[in-house]
Amino acid sequence: MTAPPILSIRGLSVAFQSHGPPGRVVENLDLTLRRGEILGLVGESGCGKSVLARSILRLLPAPPARLTGEIFFGENLENLMAAGPQRLRAVRGGEISMIFQEPMTSLNPVFTVGRQMTEVVRLHTGAGRAKARKVCRDFLASVKLPDPETVLDKYPHQLSGGQRQRVMIATALSCGPKLLIADEPTTALDVTVQSQVLALLNDLTRARGVSTLFISHDLGVVAQLCDRVAVMYSGRLVELAPAESLFGRPAHPYTRGLLEAIPILSAPRAELLAIPGQVPNPADPPPGCRFHPRCGQRLDRCAREVPALTAQGEHWVACFNGHDR
Amino acid sequence: MSLMEFVFRRLAAMIPVVIGVTLCMFLISHAIAGDPAIMIAGPRASAETLETIRRTHGLDQPLYKQYFRYLSDISRGYLGESIRNRRPVLQDLKVFFPATLELTLASMLFCLLLGLPLGVLAAVRRNRLADHLTRLFSVIGVSTPVFWLGLMLLLLFYRHLDILPGSGRISVQFAAPSAVTGLYLVDALLDGDLGLFRDAARHILLPAFCLSYVYLAIITRIVRSSLIDSLEQDYIVTARANGLPEWRVVGLHAFKNSLIPTITIVGLSFGELLGGAILTETIFNWPGMGKYVVDSANYLDYPAIMAVALVSSLAYVLLNLLVDVFYALVNPQIRY
Repeated sequence: MTAPPILSIRGLSVAFQSHGPPGRVVENLDLTLRRGEILGLVGESGCGKSVLARSILRLLPAPPARLTGEIFFGENLENLMAAGPQRLRAVRGGEISMIFQEPMTSLNPVFTVGRQMTEVVRLHTGAGRAKARKVCRDFLASVKLPDPETVLDKYPHQLSGGQRQRVMIATALSCGPKLLIADEPTTALDVTVQSQVLALLNDLTRARGVSTLFISHDLGVVAQLCDRVAVMYSGRLVELAPAESLFGRPAHPYTRGLLEAIPILSAPRAELLAIPGQVPNPADPPPGCRFHPRCGQRLDRCAREVPALTAQGEHWVACFNGHDR
Repeated sequence: MSLMEFVFRRLAAMIPVVIGVTLCMFLISHAIAGDPAIMIAGPRASAETLETIRRTHGLDQPLYKQYFRYLSDISRGYLGESIRNRRPVLQDLKVFFPATLELTLASMLFCLLLGLPLGVLAAVRRNRLADHLTRLFSVIGVSTPVFWLGLMLLLLFYRHLDILPGSGRISVQFAAPSAVTGLYLVDALLDGDLGLFRDAARHILLPAFCLSYVYLAIITRIVRSSLIDSLEQDYIVTARANGLPEWRVVGLHAFKNSLIPTITIVGLSFGELLGGAILTETIFNWPGMGKYVVDSANYLDYPAIMAVALVSSLAYVLLNLLVDVFYALVNPQIRY
């Protein structure tokens, strides 16, 4: 039994108009997030993960960004691409909230934590000052920040990176969103803090039934946390599968490359494996499958045709010799 | 450390600065050509008269003794006696300084009321028509010589359109308001004389704008660039992702951050203006410190010149202190 979708992205393309040829950073992407699940989105830097995340909330400045396609959200699958600015503001922070990579710079340095949190709570719930402050205090307690009352009166620079990310999580959850988009929320943190924050995210989102789109380039983190994993390469989805299936039987050569590139601590010291080549320039992508110049198993047709995502059960892959292996 | 403690500490730190200023002023005024005794007595005075004047004014003493005498005088609030009109300089300053202060405050009002909104507009409408127009306005502002701008304003609004007065602080048919603050606009209101207030306001309009234009242009540019800088920060994306309306994102979250560089410029401009605007005050015949210092220089009235320099450097230092206090209020990362 699969849960109904909370977010359904259909044919989304994001292009940036700048000088020179327009680069399509996300191209014709379909992705569905089910209610209550944590979906991991992985890929190298520059593959379009963050652009995708920001385009869900229509946060990219347009121009230069140009979005086409549809983004359906919520029980009624409302099309966010057709939503007006007022509706969008209500969705942002209220129904879909977001956590960013850099906890050091994602909070405004000149306002106290309490000021920034209550602003959001009051905006979306219409609560009064005192009520909002109480809500914020409770959420700060739920992200296990000691002494939430004093944290409210602190400025961001008085908190550590981990504490700030907890503040971000508390803010993100404070208005009871249905969907949380976490864009590399632990990348900037120390490893020990990272695992605490991950555990916290896991507990809180699952306890509240908040669906989560978890973006990371760290496969280990994704394996720990996510129900399903989507792999992105150069603006396209190349593989989408339940976590155990993806990590157990990776079907796309790119996914396999990513997995092989993880150094294993227990193994004898060997040369680190890397995928040769670089992520293509979005303004000038290779024809056909965008991974083919770096692929060890490419066929002639890879340079000509774009492989479609095909399914074997729950495991989707966009490769001409994907499922055959 | 509390804010008060910070302020007192900074005030104490001003003492060496002020001593340095007085020393420089003293040395420069004694290095320039011209014998003050002759200036006092006139060119046809006898040698004995000159000798007497030198003795009574302490001009025959060694330089360091003259300096210490000068220091002890100013520490008692005595700024010397004008060579030109034999009045204590302090008495003159009490007349001229409020005029300059009033003009400065009016100019700052222009800077803030026009500069902040224009800067915000330019930043929000970056690279669009409004931005280009404010850029043009600013470039004209920083590149127009003040004397030329003043003359053009006079030609247009006084001579051709004849809608604004061309000189002085008030029209001749009015008497000056009772000297409470020395600022005519404030004093007129305190007297409850709205006609006088209107007249004084009309008089200050042209010189204030003329004086403010350069600073207004700079402030507009600084607000624009620092706001653009703030708008590109991560916390702005956070604010938008949290659904805050755009006016709060720009007007609150970005603007408060962009105030930090803006305060510096506003403070420095204020300090510079307080020293008296020689050109503007001369063109508009505004009886302020700028005009006073020009007239004094013509007579080699060095007690007056030194007093003006002292007052303007004090004003500058005090405004810098004020800037630091504002910094601390706006930016919580600054601990004093």
